[in-house]
Amino acid sequence: MSGAPVLEVQDLHVWFDLGQGRELHPVQGAGITLDRGERMGLVGESGCGKTTVSLALMGLLPPNASVAGRVLLDGEDILAGGEETLRPHRWNDIAMVFQGAMNAFNPVKRIGDQICEAMELHAVARGRAAETRCGELLELVGIRAERARRFPHEFSGGMRQRAAIAMALACNPRVLLADEPTTALDVMVQAQILQLLQQISDDLGLAIVLITHDLPIVAQTCQTASVMYAGRIVEVGPTVALHDAPRHPYTRMLFAATPDLAGTAGVVSIPGAPPRLDRELAGCPFAPRCDSTFATCTERLPRLLPVGDDHLAACHLAAGHLAGRPA
Amino acid sequence: MSDAPLLEVRDLQVHYPLPRGLAGTLARREERVVRAVDGISLTVAAGELVALVGESGCGKTTTAQAVMRMLVPQAGSVEIDGRDIAPLSERALRPVRREAQIVFQDPYESLDPRYRVRDTVVEPLVIHRIGSREDRTERVREALERAGLSPAELYLDRFPHELSGGQRQRVAIAASLVLEPKLLVADEPVSMLDVSVRAGILDLLDGLRRGGLGILMITHDLSTATQYADRIMVMYLGRIVEEGPAREVVGNPRHPYTQALISVVPRRDPHDRRQPQILQGETPNPVDIPAGCRFHPRCPIGDDGCRAVDPHLEPTQGHRAACIKL
Amino acid sequence: MSANRVRDNAVFAALRGSPQAVFGGTVLAIVVLIAVLASWIAPYGEHQRVGEVFAHPSTSHWLGLDDGGFDMLTLMMYGARVSLIVGFAAALVAMVIGGAVGIVAGFFGGKIDTLLMRLTDYFLAIPDVPLMIVVAAIWGRSLRNIILIIGAIYWTSTARVVRAQVKSVRERGYIRRTRVIGASNTRLIMRHVLPQVAPLLVATGVLMVAYAIFAETAIAFLGLGDPSAVSWGLLIENAFSRDAVTVGAWWAIVPPGIAVAIVVVSLTMLGTAIEDALNPRLRVSHVSVRRFRLRPIPPPREDA
Repeated sequence: MSGAPVLEVQDLHVWFDLGQGRELHPVQGAGITLDRGERMGLVGESGCGKTTVSLALMGLLPPNASVAGRVLLDGEDILAGGEETLRPHRWNDIAMVFQGAMNAFNPVKRIGDQICEAMELHAVARGRAAETRCGELLELVGIRAERARRFPHEFSGGMRQRAAIAMALACNPRVLLADEPTTALDVMVQAQILQLLQQISDDLGLAIVLITHDLPIVAQTCQTASVMYAGRIVEVGPTVALHDAPRHPYTRMLFAATPDLAGTAGVVSIPGAPPRLDRELAGCPFAPRCDSTFATCTERLPRLLPVGDDHLAACHLAAGHLAGRPA
Repeated sequence: MSDAPLLEVRDLQVHYPLPRGLAGTLARREERVVRAVDGISLTVAAGELVALVGESGCGKTTTAQAVMRMLVPQAGSVEIDGRDIAPLSERALRPVRREAQIVFQDPYESLDPRYRVRDTVVEPLVIHRIGSREDRTERVREALERAGLSPAELYLDRFPHELSGGQRQRVAIAASLVLEPKLLVADEPVSMLDVSVRAGILDLLDGLRRGGLGILMITHDLSTATQYADRIMVMYLGRIVEEGPAREVVGNPRHPYTQALISVVPRRDPHDRRQPQILQGETPNPVDIPAGCRFHPRCPIGDDGCRAVDPHLEPTQGHRAACIKL
Repeated sequence: MSANRVRDNAVFAALRGSPQAVFGGTVLAIVVLIAVLASWIAPYGEHQRVGEVFAHPSTSHWLGLDDGGFDMLTLMMYGARVSLIVGFAAALVAMVIGGAVGIVAGFFGGKIDTLLMRLTDYFLAIPDVPLMIVVAAIWGRSLRNIILIIGAIYWTSTARVVRAQVKSVRERGYIRRTRVIGASNTRLIMRHVLPQVAPLLVATGVLMVAYAIFAETAIAFLGLGDPSAVSWGLLIENAFSRDAVTVGAWWAIVPPGIAVAIVVVSLTMLGTAIEDALNPRLRVSHVSVRRFRLRPIPPPREDA
């Protein structure tokens, strides 16, 4: 993980126009820094905006969406010209495995044909060359090449997920966004898929953003983690740092709410619910549910500030500690 | 707590014939059967939470359905408070339905969208003709409070779409509690809820358990089971392959499947790395159950001897497992 | 507000915005109004002979006179009554039978379902015209019989549609849960399934009225109609059989035909608009390549 980051997202905002003057603001200034070969977990619960972030990076948002921000792919801002500048990079450089991808195959076309289609659409290969590469891709994800002639329903859930990953790798991207890749899978198949993702990231130098609500899989497979809440990144850093010394109460409480096989301490739920994203709130969005608030928390929005080595947190408490002020 | 178990299941079998189709019938093809549950026995005592754990296709949900008599088992008995409900008619079953209730996985589907919370929770009382109108209102209130929706007044007139997932699940639980059952079957009660909300619901179930309710929890999540269950039963292809006190089964797994399963569950602590024992392939279809030990094709220590013998649960180091290699 | 009430409001809002629904509904409302007020607004009496057979349209008789010397405009207004009454009544019969069959077949499934669907198939196979002829021959040509025949023929499509929806509703979580609690099938059907199916019945019902009116017109045109009930179909039939065509008295044939066409089209428009409004909105945000808008990065918040 050396050199310039392969992906740098800065100040990403997404709005959805709900009509009648109302607007939803599901992503509020998110940032991501990803090095070559790095695996980062983008963690959050439902409604935090993590899937919206990935769709924004792919330019796959609905027509009522507006986007702001910089998306630097090896230094080049691919969001600057909107769809025009994003399109050349879609799938070629940034690819995605969608949520429920295993169910997104066309049931009447062979798996191999669908993977080849991706290559042809992006002018990576066609005809014989595409078929050969398709075979290679399938072998890469652990499927025998001759199974390319099968239809989706002949594959099990786990195999279809592998095929979806193969399709994402078709154009040899630099970054892979994997949205809940193992959510509907059994734990054994999940382990296989996670092992596969680690392998392709290590072997091919592919940077992976693993989007999930499941902290343990991030703990086991990702070197860094970004925690998202109410459209913002509230903490980011090495996974070990987030586990050993979380600086944002949400991160800490999220770990505490996650049952663990080895855990002896009980699990604790987080009271309340995430805030609405259709109106601007004063102060920290997590304040109503936080167990460590003080006066500033309801008045000022905390900024994402360094709290350690490559470790940032958006929390007045954390910032206060740094400045030496008593909590 | 009395000694007689609340729920006693013996040698339960649930099979589904696969339709052969016209061609198959004409060709006199042998009728294939899905042996979803192929001979399991379990008990749940009052004040005990038993977790039935396994991957998809292992038969745990079918077992829950058999316990609730949502289907009729092909063989075996299901005794609730000593009474076998397996052979009962629907009519005879009606009074028994008060004793055992079930909570389903999907809180977004469990409630009729047209019914207010009070209507949903009072309905069981109406169906079983319990109490007068005033009684019912009181019971509904109590059930909601017991389910953690307090003060009940705040929730009585709400509609499901005004509630969060966790709250809806609590309403479903209240609707089960209002009949004051002795046994509660919880089928993946939190898998569709956000992580921050799960502990709340699970703590609620734990509290009910301590209050004397017997709970059979179906889950694929070993971590949750370890945290909350008194006993764990691991299922594979329609059979229980290991069972015993939760901490023991997880701390000292004896069956190779359990060992593999536990090794691949991701731990919360990034320092806690272990070599996951990833089994090849996927769980076979319950139509083609392997001969002998049904796990032997994928078993890391399986051999020819395993193909010959169909093992039963035998005592081993404090709990029970079904493997001839122990 | 219940989720269904919210949904109903949304449906009404969608209908108000749909030109089809507005047009169809308005035209229908006008026709119904005319039918209801016929006795008061008709220029002449229904059975009042006012002139010569097939007299041309004039200022005192906008649509001329028919084969008996009666005022066509008056007859059109009274005819609306019969056509609409038969249409609504026959649709009601079809909806009741079809709804019941669909609910029972969809809810219980299995052998009952197979049996009822076979029955539906048989009824579908019955040719309507020969049936009408037979019924007319045996039981006579009355309005009641016509209503019953139309109902007996058209319930099948309703049954199919209702059955499909009941099958999907039946699988929903709250139905399973309430059943496990011990609810009887009657309770489940009446209190949980029927309310979900009712909106669909309304939409199908509106369309059914269109079919029924058309069917009645056809029946009357074939001479199988009730001779004492002046419907639009009967008007056409009378004119036809009394050689309006040879004489060139288009005003005796065309207006009723147009009237039927307008009403059937309006009902169809309204019915399809309701159906569309009821469909779960397929306006899912498809993950597909679309143009999103770019905005400048907002300045950092003052309170940050």
